[in-house]
This record gives sequence, C-alpha cells and structure tokens, in this order.
Amino acid sequence: MTTPVATAPAATAPAAPKAVKTNHIGLGILDYRGGKSTLCAGCGHNAVSERITEAFFEMGIQPERVMKMSGIGCSSKSPAYFMSRSFSFNGVHGRMPSVATGALLANKTMRSIGLSGDGDTASIGMGQFIHLLRRNVPMIYIVEDNGVYGLTKGQFSATADLGARLKNGVVNELPAIDICALAIQIGATFVGRSFSGDKKQLAAMLKAAIAHQGTVLLDVISPCVTFNDHEGSTKSYKYMQEHDDAVGEVGLVPHFEDLTVDYDHDTTTDVELHDGSHLRLRKIHEDYTPTNKVLALKMLMESHAKGEVLTGVFYVDTQKTDFTSLLNMVDEPLATLSEDRVRPSRAVLAEIMQEHL
Amino acid sequence: MITSDLEVQGQPASDLASGVHRTVNDFSIQIATVNGSGSQSANAVLLRSIFHMGVPVSGKNLFPSNIAGLPTWFTIRVSKHGWIARKSDTNILISMNPERAQEDVLALAPGAVVIFDEPLKLDELRSDLAFYSVPFDRITAATGAEPKLRKLVRNMVYVGVAAQLLSIDMKRLEATVRKQFAKKVKAAELNLSAVRAGYEYAATTLTKQDPYVVEPMKATDGKILIDGNSAAALGALFAGVTVVAWYPITPSTSVIEDLIDYMKQYRVEKDGKATFAAVQAEDELAAIGMVLGAGWAGARAMTATSGPGISLMAEFAGLGYYVEIPGVIFNVQRTGPSTGLPTRTSQADLSFIAGLSHGDTRHVMLLPASVKECFEMGIAAFDLAEQLQTPVFVLSDLDLGMNDWMSEPFEYPEKPINRGKVLNAQQLEELGGFARYKDVDGDGIGYRTLPGTDHPAAAYFTRGSGHNEKALYSERPADYENNMLRLARKFETAKTLVPKPILEGTGTQKTGIIAFGTSHWAVIEGRDQLERESGLATDYLRIRAFPFTQEVADFVAAHERIYVVEQNRDAQMLNLLKTNLDPADAVKLHSVLHFNGLPIDAQSVTNAIAAAEGAR
Repeated sequence: MTTPVATAPAATAPAAPKAVKTNHIGLGILDYRGGKSTLCAGCGHNAVSERITEAFFEMGIQPERVMKMSGIGCSSKSPAYFMSRSFSFNGVHGRMPSVATGALLANKTMRSIGLSGDGDTASIGMGQFIHLLRRNVPMIYIVEDNGVYGLTKGQFSATADLGARLKNGVVNELPAIDICALAIQIGATFVGRSFSGDKKQLAAMLKAAIAHQGTVLLDVISPCVTFNDHEGSTKSYKYMQEHDDAVGEVGLVPHFEDLTVDYDHDTTTDVELHDGSHLRLRKIHEDYTPTNKVLALKMLMESHAKGEVLTGVFYVDTQKTDFTSLLNMVDEPLATLSEDRVRPSRAVLAEIMQEHL
Repeated sequence: MITSDLEVQGQPASDLASGVHRTVNDFSIQIATVNGSGSQSANAVLLRSIFHMGVPVSGKNLFPSNIAGLPTWFTIRVSKHGWIARKSDTNILISMNPERAQEDVLALAPGAVVIFDEPLKLDELRSDLAFYSVPFDRITAATGAEPKLRKLVRNMVYVGVAAQLLSIDMKRLEATVRKQFAKKVKAAELNLSAVRAGYEYAATTLTKQDPYVVEPMKATDGKILIDGNSAAALGALFAGVTVVAWYPITPSTSVIEDLIDYMKQYRVEKDGKATFAAVQAEDELAAIGMVLGAGWAGARAMTATSGPGISLMAEFAGLGYYVEIPGVIFNVQRTGPSTGLPTRTSQADLSFIAGLSHGDTRHVMLLPASVKECFEMGIAAFDLAEQLQTPVFVLSDLDLGMNDWMSEPFEYPEKPINRGKVLNAQQLEELGGFARYKDVDGDGIGYRTLPGTDHPAAAYFTRGSGHNEKALYSERPADYENNMLRLARKFETAKTLVPKPILEGTGTQKTGIIAFGTSHWAVIEGRDQLERESGLATDYLRIRAFPFTQEVADFVAAHERIYVVEQNRDAQMLNLLKTNLDPADAVKLHSVLHFNGLPIDAQSVTNAIAAAEGAR
C-alpha cells in the first residue's frame, strides 16, 4: 500500500512545534494527548485527531474545559485518541447533536467538540444534525467524511458521490448530500471543508473554529484506507490530491498574539472572531466572499458540477446569536447552581396553593 | 343560607319537602358538547362552584383527538362520601350536541334528568326521564353578546340553568366566574351575564321535577383543586429542575407548558436571567438525548411524553441505564399508537418501560395515584435519578394528568436536594483519582465527576457497556459480567430508596387487592361497596414504585387470593409481579382489567371481585 506523504501513520506522534515547549497557559503538548488509536494505519481520522490535539494545545485551551462528543462509527471512536483530560461522551448512532446540546445547556461555560462521520451525520443523524445547525449550538462539529461505513465493512454513505465505485464494483446511483451547503443554508455560522491530508489548512481551520462562538461545521474528507481508497473512489487520497480545490488560504492570528502582520485588503478578508482572534481568508477563487451565503452556495454547486472538491472556509457569520446565549441563562453553569437558586421558597408554594384553593 | 334561597327563587319548597325524594350531594352530571366550542371554562365554573360549597367533587373530560367539531363529554361527580372515581352511570345529562343527543338520551337509566336545547325536542324520545327544555339561542341572544362570542357564552347559559336547578347559589357562581376570569374583567362580565340569564330562565320558567340538589358541606375546606400535570410541573419546579427538553404530545404537553409558565415566574433572577433552559426539541429522540447530555454534565434534567414518545426514547433509555446518567421522564399514559385514541386514558406502558431498550435493562418507575403524589414523586424522581445515576420514569396517566382533582395542599419538601455521588476537584486531589464504575460503597453506585471539574484526573470516557471499572474500553468477558452484576446490585439498592407501597385494611383478610396509579380511586370505593353490599372485607396494597419493595412480596405471601386491578388488557402489573415474586405465590394473583379508554369506575371493580369471590 502506498501511503501518501500527507498522512502520517497513527502510531507516529508528530513533533511538537519546536519553538514552543508550553502554550500560553503553561501546558505541554503531552497534556493534550489521547489514547493509542485503534483505527487502521493510514486512516484519515488519525491525522484529524493529531490536528485537533495541536490546535487545542496551540490555542491554549485547558483540556478540562472541553467536552468531546460523538455518535457511532469509526469517526465517533476517535475522541478516545486525543485529549484524555477532556470529558468524553460516546453516545448512540446519529444522536450526538442532542446529547451535545443538552450538555451545553447544563454547562454553557464548557467548550464542545463533536466528532461524527458521514453515516452518523448525513444518514441516521440527519434530523438532529439539521436542528443543531438551525439552533447554532456553540460547538465544533467535525464530520470525518469518507463516503463509506467502515465498522460494517464498506457500504456507501449519503455523502458518496454519484457514480463512485466500491471495491466490489458496486456503483453509487444516488447523488451526494453536500454537508457544507446544507450547513450554510440551515444556519451554521462557520462552515468549511478540508482534507485530512492538508495539515496546514486543517490546522488553521481548527484554530479558527476554537475561536468562533456558534456552530462550526467542518467537513473533513478523511479517506478510508480499508474500504474507499481505490481507483473509482472520489474520497481517496489520490482523488483528493488531484481534485482538492482551495477556495482561499486560511490563516489565523490568535487573540494572544500581536496583530502586527499586515495583509492585502484587496485579496484578503479579515474576520474578527468571538475570542478576539483574527481569521484571515486570502482569495484564490476570484468571487470568494466568505460572508455571503448565496455566493458560498453558488461556488459549492459549481465546483461540485466540475468534479472538483472545494475546500477552505466557505462561510462565516459572527453576528448571529448562539443557542445558549439565546436562552438567556444565568452566567454560572445550570449544573452547579445552589439549592437556594433552583428551589423556590416555602412562600412561593404557599402562594401557588392559595391560587388553587 | 343557600337552601333558603331555594324558596326565594320560586322553587316551591313544599314539592320537595312533601314526599318527593331528594338526592343531596350524590349524583353525576354529564355535559355533552362539541369540542372546540369553548365548553371547558363553563364546565370548570360548575365544578368549582360545587367545590367551593364544600362538597367533594371530581371532573373528567372525555374528549376526542380533534380541534373542533367532534363530540366531547365532561362528567362531574358530586359525592358527599368523597368518592372521586368516575361514576359509570349519569344522573343529569346536559345535552348541547345535536349529533349525539339522541344516543346519549337513549342510554340513560330511568329517572335521569335531561337539560337540552329546545329545538332538539329530546323530550319526545322517552317518558321515563325528567326533561328541561331550554331555548339556548334565544337566551344567549338576549344577553347582547356579539355574534362571534355567542358560541362561548351559550355554554355559560347551561351553567346558570343547571346551577339553579341544583340549588347552587347565584352569588357562589358569581364568585367562581370572577376568580376564573380574574385577569379578564370584560370576559368575566360577559360570562356572568350569560350565567345569570340561564339562572333566571330556570328560576322563572322551569319547574323542579327531579331529586338532585347540592347542599353546602365543609368537606373541601382547605383543599385545592388541580390537575396532575400542573402538579407534576410543580414537583419539577420545587425539585430544582434546570434543563427541560420536550416534544409536544397529548396528554403530556401541559406538564411542560405549565412548568415553563411557573419557571418564567419563579425561576428568573433579578437581572432577568433564567436558572433553567427549556428547549422544544425536534422529536422525542432529541428530547431524551438532551436530557441525558444535560444529566451527564450535571443538570437536573427532564422530559415529559406519552406512549409513542416512550417508544422513540427506547434506545437512549438503554444507553442511560448503561452509562448511568440521571434523568427524569414523565410519562402521561394514554391508549396505544398515535393513530388511535390519543386522548383516552390507560395504564399500559408499564411492561414496556420496566425493561425499556436493548440488552438487560431495568428501569426505576414511580407510580403516582393522586395529584399530591404527582408533586411529591415529581420531586423524589430527581433525587432518585441522581442518587441512583439512572433514568427514572414517573408514570401518570391522562385521567390524572389532564383532569382537576381535589387534594390536600402540597407540602414544601423538607429534605434538601440530593445530588448523589459527585466528586469535586478537592476530593479528587485527596483521593488521587477515581474509577468511575467501581463499587466503592457496595451499593452498586459508583462516583462520578462533572465536565469542567478542574483536576487532571477528573475526566473519564462515557460509553455504553464496553468498559471496565475505570471507564476504559474493554471487551473482556469478566469486565462485562462484573459491570452487569453491579448494575443488578444497584437495582437492589433502588428497592431501599423508592416510595414504599401503602397498605389499607387490617392486613388480616384472606382476600387482597393490589392496584397502582389512578385505579386507586375505583378500588377504595369498590372495597367499600364489597364490604357493604357483599360483606366481603379486603386488604389493599397500593404499589407506588418499581422495583417492588419487600412489602409487596410480604402482602402477596400473606393473602390467599389477590386481585390485581389495572387499566390495561394484558395484566401488565400482574405479570411484572409474577416475574419478581416467589413463583409459588404467583398463582394467587388474579386480574381485574379495565381498558376501554375511560377511567376505571368502582362498580367494575366491585362486580369483578364479587363474582370471582362468589359473593352476592
């Protein structure tokens, strides 16, 4: 098997950035490590786990402040392989959105990252997924998208492209669901696509995702080396290397770094994210306007028609209120409010009883 | 005072006094209307007026699954003895629905009373009933109400007519209407004018020709009138619920809507911020998913639903059992599937919930019989869920949930909130870490941490059954088996924490009765009938929770024959008892079943047990 350069085998730990031994909260990269992956060697998901580990380390997020949520599938196992000091919930198939939503209602001060797959999201989980997007639940939702069901040995999923071929020759006769187009239309406020093999782009997008407050939907093409990496697959390493079409370059200046580097205002969109970090999106495509829903959808559809896989940050909206803010809850987590704040007084019960006499 | 008014109102007292039989405070009224006609407010005025006269009363709304246009009945039972179960026969019919009027009249027992809309000419149907013909349209028009309001006002006219015939004081009606429309003065006046018009019509035109009257008592002093769903909502409010996720479904909807109303009033702080989150989910799968997510993260979380919603929650219920997350599910039971009788009552979700989901699961169920228990168990359920770290189901039913019931006022919870075994950062530091699923205390319940606990050893990985004591992934047979045995031990612990059953009777009789939930009200009246009419004394055990406590086994062991009264076809409680009791005792159990969608009545219980016992 030829392993593309961009996908390091799971067992090989990437070196921490040389210049930085600890991040700005004083933790080392080892504080963000997870368990040993049990996924196949070369699985795209392992690279995604590594990028997540690095992104949280580099952004200086306390691991205990993070909830890792997942459904069922290979992708949903991956939270075990990064950030062991974070709290993790591996739920039921296609229902991670509701569990994640509930957890954030209980404690809105936590950060949440959800790991899902194309089956878990676009088939069995479509109902909950759409409502998570619609609510703009403040979390990072990653779809590790390989177009097949791995754990059940390689059936097509709903993101498989029309005409794609399985190893056994079966051809997919139904059109793919474009998760990104759906997310933009339904209400996610940060939508992008990347490739597990594109270390630089994925790292920048993840860091920006951490800085954003609202639903971040990242569709990460993450090839399945066992069931969908052959000739005829449109989710293989080879296909992605040949068809990955970046809409723009993604850069992030974190809030704790100096914002001195200037940029070309004609070619680059600068978006200030919720934590004060700056997302800088430099055009590659001429009509790239990441703050315009309609243009974003148009680009996605046109690119798909050409057989290209558009990647990059397609859409950002920093104005829409996220779901936990919308509910106007008290500042402290609901989970740990003291009894005197959640149990009304004796006088209140007496008053209500009086009304029913 | 009120009885003397009878004479003032032109009712010849001599008619009643001189030999005509009077039936005081012991009869039932059935009001037949078309749904969507706004009769609920009118029926409530009649019910509450009787209640405020100190007379025990119960009301049951028998309604269709429809917005407007189908027949609906409201029954009011007046009982000086305090019986509040449904009464199967009707003494007074108020017939406002042309479509069903004839059928209703033909079904009455001789001697019954019919108040009817004049054009229906129902008095031509039978000669053995007391008929009162009332020109409702003419009386309504004379009130001067706008045409678009007449449909609603018309109902208040029958309240006036019935009240006058039953000797209910007009002043009492007025007070009730004003209280009911306290926030809408204009509506109060309009409705009052209609009540008065009906009252005056009856006083001046109708001649009392039936025995039924209401006389003041003192039996409802200090009592409240409330429906079970409101009571459950109050329970949740005082339990300190913080996350509510739900999907609307009859008959549970008002649990949540009432709760949200209460929380907006009592759970918003001075700065306008809420100490709760209430989310209408996309379906019941999401509702229970949110509850489990919130429970995992430390909230007191709940949902309310009914049978079809429970079906959808099955997968998550199993996950909740295995990952050991607290959550409270109120199930207001109704009959079968959505395309059926969603507005009729039943107790038929018991077997399903007891083992809801995949694999070996067992769930804790609380079984309230009264509005007071809806409140109390509404509180207890949250403590139990957190103590036992498991989903807890509260099984009410449509009859309890959506009808008004008399009750002693609810008592403020004396026990502080019990959050169960949760470790904080300081405790973790002292312990040097923890194993999530280790049975440290021998009760089958491990210690948990909440997301955000600021300690490097706080986190653990939550996943289904494939884990060892440290919550690490494991498929070792011994780990699985140990975990399953610990979960079974935890269920044993539950037996020591759930509400115990309540024994009525001496405990020395040969014949026992077991019931739960709203069947209680028919059973207590049935026991009285059996004793008075057949000389059959019984003991009665009302089960209030699953798993069953030792008292249940003891009761069955101590009696020769036990009748298990329940509102379902398949003897679900009886079968649950069979599988949880000594097999030698199981043969003593016999079923009394009621499953026609209407609340069970005492006569059904009495007849079944009398026949089985060979009593007369």
